[in-house]
Amino acid sequence: MTDSKITIAGVEYGSRLLVGTGKYKDMTETAEAIAVSGAEIVTFAVRRTNLGQNADEPSLLDVISPEKYTLLPNTAACYTADDAVRTCRLARELLDGHDLVKLEVLGDEKTLFPNVVETLKAAKTLINDGFKVMVYTSDDPIIAKQLAEMGCVAVMPLAAPIGSGLGIRNPHNIRMILEDATVPIIVDAGVGTASDAAIVMELGCDGVLMNTAIAAAQKPVLMASAMKKAVEAGREAFCAGRMPRKMYASASSPIDGTFF
Amino acid sequence: MNVHVNGKVMSLLADCSISTLIEQMDLMGKRVAVELNLDIVPKSEYLQTQLKEDDIVEIVHAIGGG
Repeated sequence: MTDSKITIAGVEYGSRLLVGTGKYKDMTETAEAIAVSGAEIVTFAVRRTNLGQNADEPSLLDVISPEKYTLLPNTAACYTADDAVRTCRLARELLDGHDLVKLEVLGDEKTLFPNVVETLKAAKTLINDGFKVMVYTSDDPIIAKQLAEMGCVAVMPLAAPIGSGLGIRNPHNIRMILEDATVPIIVDAGVGTASDAAIVMELGCDGVLMNTAIAAAQKPVLMASAMKKAVEAGREAFCAGRMPRKMYASASSPIDGTFF
Repeated sequence: MNVHVNGKVMSLLADCSISTLIEQMDLMGKRVAVELNLDIVPKSEYLQTQLKEDDIVEIVHAIGGG
């Protein structure tokens, strides 16, 4: 089957599954799940080094190496544009100038819905500062369009609250966003299991980003494998074009030649 | 002198550089990024960047997140 690869900020990626590195039991499980998922773009968070930290503990970047993966620093836990911009600048320094970032500016702790006003503000500052911004946003088609027009390299609407695993709550909005898309649309947040990932891809999204759906599964490594297949299957189904839905049955076996 | 490092007050000797601070915190050779009074300090400037009383330093690294 021939399918184009996903291109983000001019770089082609073979995998349409993007994964996070949070909530795993340990670094070994993190590394294994991510390897099995086949993801090439991997998100991480930027935090203070612990004072008096054990120098022998492996760090995330030893396990998920920037040579092997495209690392995507996030601005999780940022509630203002200023904090998000600061985080991105630190991340760029941390990754020796790598400027692809996942911008998320949150509204409140309970919903983790984006604060769209602050998100737009931060996106503008970051783009002016030379960052390539992949932006987490609501499933509002108007805002999604504005973020793309502004110069974000990917728009990433939520399908349900972060970490909720509730699945694709409003496929119609995602469809509307896709209709007008000029940059890759990647569903970020809401996926709970493999069928959710398949639905995202069947809708025609360019990719899907997830963390908890894999990390919080009973067997994360097995779920990572399931997600890889679901994303591939969903994408193939989208490219194949599904049959039209019909109200009534339509026999698959011919009526002609029956002998009874 | 007292300097705020990652939200805590640290007592440092006068003429302490970012480089010395990083060494003191056992972070030599680790992938970190440093912010001094809200400005990024590039790695190449750790040696010549001297800290002064009441400076606010943030030293960050990568951790698991989604």
